[in-house]
Amino acid sequence: MKNTQNSLGAYLKKHWKTVVFLVVVLIGIGIADQFVNSFMRRLLNLSAIYTIVALSMNLVNGFTGQFSLGQAGFMAIGAYTVAIFTVPVGLRSTIFYLAPMAPFLANIQLPFVVALILGGFLSAGVAFLIGSPCLRLRGDYLAIATLGFSEIIRIIFTNTQTITNGALGIKSIPTISSLWWTFGIALIVIIACFLLINSSYGRAFKSVREDEIAAEAMGVGLFKTKMTSFLISAFFTGIGGGLYAALLGTVDPKQFYFTLTYNFLLIIVLGGMGSISGTIIASFVVTLGQEALRFLDEPMAFGLDLPIFRPGLRMVVFSFLLMVVVLFYRKGLMGTNELTWNFIANKFRSIKSRFTKKAASAQGGDSK
Amino acid sequence: MSLLKTENVIMQFGGVVAVNDLNIDIKKGELAALIGPNGAGKTTAFNVITGVYTPTGGKVLFSPTDNAGVTSEIDISGKRPDKITGLGIARTFQNIRLFSDLSVLENVLIATHLNINYSFLSAILRMPKARKGEHEAKEKCEFLLERMGLIELKDEKASSLPYGQQRHLEIARALATNPQLLLLDEPAAGMNPQETDELTDLIFKLKTDFDLTIFMIEHHMDLVMEISDHIYVLDFGCTIAKGNPNEIQNDPKVIEAYLGVDEDVED
Repeated sequence: MKNTQNSLGAYLKKHWKTVVFLVVVLIGIGIADQFVNSFMRRLLNLSAIYTIVALSMNLVNGFTGQFSLGQAGFMAIGAYTVAIFTVPVGLRSTIFYLAPMAPFLANIQLPFVVALILGGFLSAGVAFLIGSPCLRLRGDYLAIATLGFSEIIRIIFTNTQTITNGALGIKSIPTISSLWWTFGIALIVIIACFLLINSSYGRAFKSVREDEIAAEAMGVGLFKTKMTSFLISAFFTGIGGGLYAALLGTVDPKQFYFTLTYNFLLIIVLGGMGSISGTIIASFVVTLGQEALRFLDEPMAFGLDLPIFRPGLRMVVFSFLLMVVVLFYRKGLMGTNELTWNFIANKFRSIKSRFTKKAASAQGGDSK
Repeated sequence: MSLLKTENVIMQFGGVVAVNDLNIDIKKGELAALIGPNGAGKTTAFNVITGVYTPTGGKVLFSPTDNAGVTSEIDISGKRPDKITGLGIARTFQNIRLFSDLSVLENVLIATHLNINYSFLSAILRMPKARKGEHEAKEKCEFLLERMGLIELKDEKASSLPYGQQRHLEIARALATNPQLLLLDEPAAGMNPQETDELTDLIFKLKTDFDLTIFMIEHHMDLVMEISDHIYVLDFGCTIAKGNPNEIQNDPKVIEAYLGVDEDVED
């Protein structure tokens, strides 16, 4: 017992900056939860959900080096699970007005957390089915299979009228508005990913990404490792999808077009394939940035009717900014680095030395 | 007692017979070498032994000794490479295959993954078992790096190491899998004479210190003749000679394979 206390003390001493940072973040969320308006609240919630989903996508694409494009499908499974099991039983007949809900589901109502976790497990179960054949192959088969899967899921959900209410979607899902749900789960997912990546399993993921032949020769089972990563990713994505449903209060198949997956692909490429902190930063930058640029869509943005300020300009500017970022940061904002205290200190030092060098050369110029 | 035995192993790619009727018998504690001109099928033979290829004919028999001290003969032909590594055969690669974006220490740590005894859940939750396992693995790897003279470089990126040290790192990584048989694919390739000498010493020391059996492919004849107990010579996939260094050096078939036939004599 004493031993564990000691090691806890040592841990706190070693990582006090991180602990302080976490506390500040938690207080920040608490304050934001009290004071932000509903628009900002929704954006922050969405950012946190995007963090969860993008991070789990990065686990497979960035850390394990397998190109998976099934995010929208896994999200749909999680979202529909939460939708189906949390809509109050009394409201179901009004929602399912074209065809009544299947009797075996009609009276089951689960607490939000249970439905959320169930969604994660269902999503992982489906991932197992897709992964079993696809992850045995080398190359880009996984991308094609998961892309196909995510479309299949959407079409299945459009046509299973008695379970998912088809194209009408499910409305009146009890919503969450507190920031704690999304940010709390995002924090858990971030920490879990971080600990996983820095364990032997995480190193096995990276070895598969770096060189499959060498990894196998060092005793890393390729299929098992890819599957572990794929299942964990699908589980977290399912949870993210469940939160998404609970945030919007409504789900319908059109939300889960494969274009949704590209949002996450964009986030992980922007943040850096293989960087947890990069993914987090990019999730917020992309989600908030898309909103911040919304004024570009309004014709009267600056009080004048400027000819180029029309709906759609926002995406043009956004895409342009992306191109600029990718041009200057080939491997995303963070590459495969993490935003650690050392990393910040090094960056700070290099910026400082650049300035002192400049100052020194300027002085040299003066003396001449 | 033989540790690795191949019985009439044939490896055919379409119409090309890369390895034909390979019969190797490596005794425990021996240092054997596989030599032969370029394209003789040496690396293919290694790939068959380590499971990269499934032989089209014949058997590969490996007799590892488990923790309880029991030795059993296993047919490993066609088994998956990671399973074979788990049984106790580790290898290095001819064209270095390090995990180049990862640190030196991480490279070696990955090789301990097959011996971990905790699940990924306990890794995520950092259970005491997982933490202990991590700690032990790290200590073991640091010891190996120390041994290979790479400990100061443990946080460097593997790709930033000079060529010779990358070769050392590959050996350290292979040792971290706890092998009984170590396969070295041209460990001295691209090294100057002095480096080759150092490597010769190192291989010899590793063999005794880690109680290893070593099987290596090598082109540096000085190195091969100096440290091997047994040499196999391959040419066009066939074993043309086997024996101790002395026998090999005087074998007319070997001389013929390396230097060619003097056509004037035939006339």
